[in-house]
Amino acid sequence: MPLKASDLKVGDVHTARLVEDLKRTQIVQYAGASGDYNPLHTDEIFTTQVAGYPSVFAHGMLTMGMTGKMLTDYVGDARLTKYGVRFTSQVWPGDTLDSTATVTEVGGGIAKFDVKTVNQNGVEVLSGYAEARVD
Amino acid sequence: MAAKRFPVEASHILMFARSVGDDNPVYSDEEAAKKTEAGGIIAPPTFVQSSAQFDPDYFLRPKIGQPWFGSGKNPTGITRAPGGGGGGGGGGGGGLHAEQHYEYHRAVRAGDVLTATTFPGKTWEKEGKRSGKLVFSESVTEYRDQNGELVVTARGVGVRTERPVEQPAPAKA
Repeated sequence: MPLKASDLKVGDVHTARLVEDLKRTQIVQYAGASGDYNPLHTDEIFTTQVAGYPSVFAHGMLTMGMTGKMLTDYVGDARLTKYGVRFTSQVWPGDTLDSTATVTEVGGGIAKFDVKTVNQNGVEVLSGYAEARVD
Repeated sequence: MAAKRFPVEASHILMFARSVGDDNPVYSDEEAAKKTEAGGIIAPPTFVQSSAQFDPDYFLRPKIGQPWFGSGKNPTGITRAPGGGGGGGGGGGGGLHAEQHYEYHRAVRAGDVLTATTFPGKTWEKEGKRSGKLVFSESVTEYRDQNGELVVTARGVGVRTERPVEQPAPAKA
């Protein structure tokens, strides 16, 4: 259900758990669907032995995609007008992610949000904003 | 990401939505989607990133008959040029995604046939604490529909690091 401007006030917070114990297989699923086959995300041998990371890690865009579900579940289908993020920390297999949208502005048929996703240690992995049409 | 023809297909939307853990029927169930405000199957907000599938030159997809830098018999399928590389080498230590921004002019729908045209943006440098010198570069991609109308404007920022990003704590994985 789309949001109503009259139901929103600055400071309102919507939260959702995006994933619990992220599996390597989900990262593989995202690679296949998105077409981003960078071995850093799916190839443990390459990533540890050649690239020098402790393990494969999730595509930033997987975190942005999962965070997008939190947003569209909140604002409704086809309601987003803007959505942008910075990837502030890597996401690893085994991570549990929670995401928050905080209302920063409502008016003129548009609601604006701060968006943030953190891991199980409270480390921010994604930080951004969104705007949506509201009734 | 450049694609002359990016056909938006319901099955691709279904697979993409699954991969980001989104079971909203508006991405998979034609009948249920018709009853929503969207009026039919639409794509999730970050779906246009999968235009990579339709970019013939996309460098993060193995191509038939060409070397690939992922592991096979050896940890990487590409022999590093002597003295070359640095960073993670093998094409691995370098490119990470730093930022992504979307502006939606309308929803992307199953049945759309989009084009993706990419324009290079700014480039800038920064000294990073955890990964040495950082080189950022921006690109803007316009997704237009079959009528030439702008559907999504995407701005991405990539970063190349001098060395792999140091981890604040031991790997949990």
